[in-house]
Amino acid sequence: MKIKYLKLDKAEGPLIIMDEVPDAIYGEIVDIEVSGNKHRTGQVIQIDKNKVIIQVFQGSSGISLDGVAVSFSGKPMQISLSHEILGRVFNGMGKPIDGAGEIYAHQDYNINGRPMNPVARLYPRNYIQTGISTIDGLLTLIRGQKLPIFSGDGLPHNQLAAQIVRQARISEEEAGNFAIVFAALGIKHDEADFFAKAFEEAGVMDWVTMFLNLADDPVMERIITPRCALTAAEYLAFECGREVLVIMTDMTSYCEALREISSAREEVPSRKGYPGYLYSDLASLYERAGMLKNTKGSITQIAILTMPNDDITHPIPDLTGYITEGQIVLDRSLYQLGIYPPINILPSLSRLMKDGIGKEFTREDHPDLANQVFSSYSKVQEIRALAQIIGEDELSEIDRKYMEFGRQLEEKFAKQDFEEYRNLNQTLDTMWKLIEILPEEELTRIDPVLVKKHLRK
Amino acid sequence: MDGKGKVIYINGPVVKAEHMADFKVREMVMVGEKKLIGEVISLEEEIGTIQVYEDTTGLRIAEEVYSTGKPLSLRLGPGIIGNIFDGIERPLSKIYAGGGQFIPEGIGLISLDEEKLWNTEITVKKGDLLKSGDVFAHIQETSLIIHKAMVPPGIKGKVIRIVDNGYYTIIDTILILLDEEGNNYELKLAQEWPVRQPRPVWQRMPLEKLLITGQRVIDTFFPLAKGGTAAIPGGFGTGKTITQHQLAKWSDADLIVYIGCGERGNEMTEVLEDFPKLKDHNTGNPLLDRTVLIANTSNMPVAAREASIYTGITIAEYFRDMGYNVALMADSTSRWAEALREISGRLEEMPAEEGYPAYLASRLAAFYERAGYCKNLNGTEGSISIIGAVSPAGGDFSEPVTKYTKRIVGTFLALDRELAHARHFPSINWLLSYSNYIPILSDWFSDKVASDLMEIRSKMMGILQEENKLMDIVKLVGEDVLPDDQRIILEIAKIIKVGYLQQNAFHPQDLYTILPNQYSMLKVIDKLYDRAYACIKEGIPLSQVKEEKLFSDISLMKYQISEEKPELFQKLIERINGYYDSLENRYKEGSTDED
Ligand SMILES: Nc1ncnc2c1ncn2[C@@H]1O[C@H](COP(=O)(O)OP(=O)(O)OP(=O)(O)O)[C@@H](O)[C@H]1O
Ligand SMILES: [Mg+2]
Repeated sequence: MKIKYLKLDKAEGPLIIMDEVPDAIYGEIVDIEVSGNKHRTGQVIQIDKNKVIIQVFQGSSGISLDGVAVSFSGKPMQISLSHEILGRVFNGMGKPIDGAGEIYAHQDYNINGRPMNPVARLYPRNYIQTGISTIDGLLTLIRGQKLPIFSGDGLPHNQLAAQIVRQARISEEEAGNFAIVFAALGIKHDEADFFAKAFEEAGVMDWVTMFLNLADDPVMERIITPRCALTAAEYLAFECGREVLVIMTDMTSYCEALREISSAREEVPSRKGYPGYLYSDLASLYERAGMLKNTKGSITQIAILTMPNDDITHPIPDLTGYITEGQIVLDRSLYQLGIYPPINILPSLSRLMKDGIGKEFTREDHPDLANQVFSSYSKVQEIRALAQIIGEDELSEIDRKYMEFGRQLEEKFAKQDFEEYRNLNQTLDTMWKLIEILPEEELTRIDPVLVKKHLRK
Repeated sequence: MDGKGKVIYINGPVVKAEHMADFKVREMVMVGEKKLIGEVISLEEEIGTIQVYEDTTGLRIAEEVYSTGKPLSLRLGPGIIGNIFDGIERPLSKIYAGGGQFIPEGIGLISLDEEKLWNTEITVKKGDLLKSGDVFAHIQETSLIIHKAMVPPGIKGKVIRIVDNGYYTIIDTILILLDEEGNNYELKLAQEWPVRQPRPVWQRMPLEKLLITGQRVIDTFFPLAKGGTAAIPGGFGTGKTITQHQLAKWSDADLIVYIGCGERGNEMTEVLEDFPKLKDHNTGNPLLDRTVLIANTSNMPVAAREASIYTGITIAEYFRDMGYNVALMADSTSRWAEALREISGRLEEMPAEEGYPAYLASRLAAFYERAGYCKNLNGTEGSISIIGAVSPAGGDFSEPVTKYTKRIVGTFLALDRELAHARHFPSINWLLSYSNYIPILSDWFSDKVASDLMEIRSKMMGILQEENKLMDIVKLVGEDVLPDDQRIILEIAKIIKVGYLQQNAFHPQDLYTILPNQYSMLKVIDKLYDRAYACIKEGIPLSQVKEEKLFSDISLMKYQISEEKPELFQKLIERINGYYDSLENRYKEGSTDED
């Protein structure tokens, strides 16, 4: 029998403090029974002699100092996993909420995971065809990559993620071994419903595991949710051999929960009130993507975050970009022009693309062609700025060609229907069509041999 | 030395214990049942504060803290090269071989392989007098590196016993030294050294040699010196890691120490997968044979991140002492600074700027100070060049880590987000970057490359600066309104940028350019500029002066002229001369006709 402690020293915000606990374990999970047989869960986050600070995932409101019974589990936070988690829905703490009963499993898994040994990793090199031109052509997604979407309030990041799920599954489904793990972090009910519906329409519902912490769920549980999801993903990938796609949204809510804890602990903040360890904390999530040598399965991660004030230098997108293997940046002005998906290609990047495209993987002209499109489109931005001042009519002939290139790129290439699937050849051929608008001397990024072979063919 | 402390406080990587009066500051300790490795960072009366290099989850109050009696040290000996270690020199491949796909806590203090037999050639004999740093054995550690076993600093004496050539492990005694006080020292192929203490040298020497990188914008525009320091600051995705990888692959150092400090696991994996396959530019041997990797990825314990930098530099110093030129890359020093900040915060120290501790600047300086070109204790010369990546928050160079680093380093390679977005790589901004080594390297450049190289470089920089000014006007009114003698500047600047400064790390023909070819390329552009400009001054219109095919061939010469065919540069120059000679003639005839 575990001892129950019946008295708190202090309860404030997400923390409770207890005295006279002689043998607490750092990081262990505690059960807090609040009057009326309700239970809350907490975690030991600091021990100072007999004094223990506990973070309560459901917050301390309603807790009175002597109306509780706290018992220490001696264990870190764990979840039970088995193959049965596919097709199931859990709350943000990993408890089933779909009415289909508990998960019976032989093993419990520590949700904090452990760092993957770089020697054990397998460098990801196989691309995933998403059928979306901007992504396949310019920001190729690689199996095992962590490629987040940097979005803003009201932009169609959910649609984009849903489209990727629907269209990318095709080749994997044939192999019959894919899975999706979805973690909702403080999003609204209708957004979660949107995803559920999207999974259903894509016919993948039986292969989806959902962890939901919605906007009206306890904020602190959000710290646990992605860890449950990633532990499930690791299980499905590396123990069951599945190709797992993890979608986590919205990372901004997650970071805000972290900030709340940090300020409750009166830690010295770094930028914008976020804790100095935000980078390491985010890395402990994002780095749980990848592949392992001599082991089947992979974890591809698409985290979605909304940039506060659309500001990419805000600590959340900034630190994310420093950890992930690129980013897909959505742009409000493109969206206002009616372009879906409103991907701003210039600040977007897929770092693993370089090793997953080209002759052996996609097409030999792909790398140079993508480079050329990026470089020419950046020129378009300069010329547009000039045109704003002197008027388009005053532009030189070359500059006008660039303007046309920019327009067509947005209209014929970037813009794509939510239901539309374009294969890679179509996408690359469209890119050639686009650069044909420019004079040949401008094509300084493409090997002349390739120009000869592909241009105006 | 077997005092035991008792844990009384746990806060992430910071642990306090009581009953520690017998411990020393900076002593390495083992914490708790799992024997987590830690280091005492301060002592106050009986209470010691410990920074723990492994995850402390699961540690319980009142668990014991064990003394080791020595400071956090590395084992230095054969077996380092080609290996990958964590922040405190534990071999990750060995952990993997033991089933560690994921890294567990409490694996204890393992380092170099103690069982491996090394073919050892003894280079001294009985009766020889040896002093600190003297080499007593050679081991061909890899195809590229002869490992030289040295007498550790602080020890000297007469060889009273020595083994024959043969196969030995790093724990076998190779020789015994007897010093004047009558002390015996058993020397082995490996020695230990505390990571936080610089290894001694005979004297520091002036820097005068170029660290050749094969990267055009670096070698000829913002050069690095052997023994010098450089910083590469830049926002995310601007190319810090790729640049560091390029230097690790192609620079002419003898040995590379690459520290992945708080960065991505896959980037280390990439090096592990690629370097065995890539060939050293000079010898054709696999690059991994001259590379040491230290990996504390962003999700590994943060205290070990703080240590990883010192582990790396200590290894670098050890090989410098053998007489090698070592280049050390640290990606990213900002993550190291953040580790300092995090530990400092948990110690509740007074923060200075942006939460960083007040000693940030001095720690940074002390780290870069361990670079240098040195005469070693054993009389050989060796060097350590440090190239540190800096990841400024929000890409803003005025933040503390960038600001302090900038004060220290000799070469500053400022990466630029706009250039990176336009996929102009390396995205080194030519207006914000600088190298303080140009004056001291100018003799080297004159001797080894060409006496006018730096002169041409200045001229090219002048053109780029001029272009920058003109672009301010172009942005407002467009290019067409400029007079031809200014438009030609824009055209030449474009060639310098596209044809010279841009260098694609993934293009087989472009990833490396030998120095003579860098010089020839600049000569070609210089010739084009001189001849074209003269024609413009003669009144010949730009449309005639800018011969599309010629300009585009010069932009593409980096792809089209291979290392083996340097004579093609001469051909290009002849083509330039031919074209402008005839243009001038035509024009002169034309103007005489009109008379
Ligand atoms: N010399 C180069 N040639 C071609 N592409 C490059 C070059 N340098 C950088 N890139 C491109 O830029 C991308 C980002 O580079 P890199 O990973 O080095 O950025 P970083 O500055 O290290 O970013 P972070 O701070 O997030 O680690 C690469 O994946 C590659 O596509
Ligand atoms: Mg990097």
